[in-house]
Amino acid sequence: LSRIGDELYLEPTVTGLSLRAVNSSRSAFASFLFAPLFFQLYEPGGPAPGTERFRCKVHMKSFLGVFRSLPSLEKSVGKCLILLKPRASRLVLQLHCKYGVTKTHNLAFQECEELQAVFDTQRCSSRLCAPARVLAEAVVHFPLTLAEVTLGTGPGGKISLRNYVEDEADPSKTMVTELWLAEDEFQSVAVSPGSCITFCLKEFRGLLTFAEASNLPLTIHFDEPGRPVIFTLDDTVLEVHLVLATLSDLESNSQPPLTNGVSHLPAPSDDFADDLESYMVALETSTCEGGPPSPTFPLRTPQPAQHDPEEEENEEDEEGAVPGTPPHKKFHSLFFGSVLTPGGPGLAPTQQVLAEDSDGEC
Amino acid sequence: MPFSAQPPASGDPCVLSASLDNARHLSSLLRAVHFQDHATCFATASGLRVTVEDAKCMQANAFIQAEIFQEFAVQEESVIFRINLSVLLDCLTIFGTSSLPGTSTALRMCYRGYGYPLMLFLEEGGVVTECKINTQEPEELLDFDFCSTKVVNKIILQSEGLREAFAELDMTSEVLQITMSPEKPYFRLSTFGNAGSAHLDYPRDSDLMEAFHCNQTQTNRYKISLLKPSTKALALSCKVSIRTDAQGFLSLQYMIRNEDGQTCFVEYYCCPDENVTEAEL
Repeated sequence: LSRIGDELYLEPTVTGLSLRAVNSSRSAFASFLFAPLFFQLYEPGGPAPGTERFRCKVHMKSFLGVFRSLPSLEKSVGKCLILLKPRASRLVLQLHCKYGVTKTHNLAFQECEELQAVFDTQRCSSRLCAPARVLAEAVVHFPLTLAEVTLGTGPGGKISLRNYVEDEADPSKTMVTELWLAEDEFQSVAVSPGSCITFCLKEFRGLLTFAEASNLPLTIHFDEPGRPVIFTLDDTVLEVHLVLATLSDLESNSQPPLTNGVSHLPAPSDDFADDLESYMVALETSTCEGGPPSPTFPLRTPQPAQHDPEEEENEEDEEGAVPGTPPHKKFHSLFFGSVLTPGGPGLAPTQQVLAEDSDGEC
Repeated sequence: MPFSAQPPASGDPCVLSASLDNARHLSSLLRAVHFQDHATCFATASGLRVTVEDAKCMQANAFIQAEIFQEFAVQEESVIFRINLSVLLDCLTIFGTSSLPGTSTALRMCYRGYGYPLMLFLEEGGVVTECKINTQEPEELLDFDFCSTKVVNKIILQSEGLREAFAELDMTSEVLQITMSPEKPYFRLSTFGNAGSAHLDYPRDSDLMEAFHCNQTQTNRYKISLLKPSTKALALSCKVSIRTDAQGFLSLQYMIRNEDGQTCFVEYYCCPDENVTEAEL
């Protein structure tokens, strides 16, 4: 999760503890849902009736700092207790270590809105499932600095992975690496022929490392270019979703985000099985449906121009705009739909990339 | 191999002369107190004490008793001088710091007295190096007057248990708070950093706890930047004793065993941070 965002969102629910992260340009979202069985003891401590579920976010670095040294953790820590203390505004992580030593960390948290991406694996036309090792071995051929990779389906059911080269790059100077995986390397393949999508490698690598370590097969759900690609890991006690925006191959990028987002809105409950795939409440908009300003500007962003989604509508290089994410000039934040109000479509404009307002919205 | 004694050049004999078969016995201890450039060396017939201070409220002492040396002679009652510790350490480790088994650097040290430089002769594998390090006026040292009768709380812990804790101390915290109590939490180290607070609790019945004598609940805060250097001494040691007196002064004593099984001591003394009152619960 730290490969994706700087903040860790925690939400204890009846179905488990959900840990989520989103990147600053809203083009990557991941969630880890740990079922109660994963824990020795799990008490979500239900909210008072009438109030929303409790959720908060902490700085990723602070949280990771508690688990700094993995090898020594394995040797010395017996168990870890996680307590959320809303009144004290503290997330307590208590490690019970060897020799009776107890390490207690009281991390400050911020309450926040729900962080949920809009996506539906059922609606994806293609699905691939492979052991993480196969994909990791494939990805190792690409340089660490490579930003985007293209996954495609080819003749004979083969799957290709190719590094994505910018259109503007000089073809004679770029190295293209392409590798093909046979259908039998996958546990299951259900793809529409000729489809291909391009997504960011960095966030995907993060998930792959986890999948390899936990020895779980990885499922990739994808659809047309421009629609998000969803990577899932499933286990009896853990559900992991990584949703990445994909490159749209339309030259003009003014419409796709809207259609992608809006199209989800009309039919909420039928298609969605579990609440992770339900509608998302946009981070900033759940309380702001009141005043839609100009369609191209996100709500409540007194942010400097660099986060302005208008820049997304220009085709120029805006890499400087959102630090830390790979070139996003053609990527869109596709799947953060706006709030579930009856006037849904009218709020579509808010689906534009909303600047990461890390302090403002919560 | 023992270094053959080199008589001083004509003139005064050395007021301090010592020889050591393995210079590492000295250099590793000095490193444990090396957080400032300058140190004060104080030699008596019982041995050598090297003192480093910081901010007028923290003092570290390394004791190398006479028995550690192959030869140790002090002609006057006591010999004292100030010296650049960084340079001294560089000279002592001039043949490198890696410790290959079987090889060691032999040391001969010679000091003629006030105004003279400290002479070092180092030899390894037949190669001899001669160093002259200028000495300075000794400065007045702090006297913490920390004696065992004034100790309120005392704990002796195996260093193993504290090493990781000290290495991972949250340095964004300005202070390290130490709580010692006959009741829970018994012994607690706390930091208050940017991410939040962190507490490390050691129960009195822990296997790490060799001795636990706490009479009164005391909570004291010390500037973390002053205590962080003690991590080096902790890393070398096998046991540490932690004592506080009625005013909250902290004494950390580290028992260090060298390669030959001999025992030396390093001590750290620190004043509590003034902004905080004593014995808070």
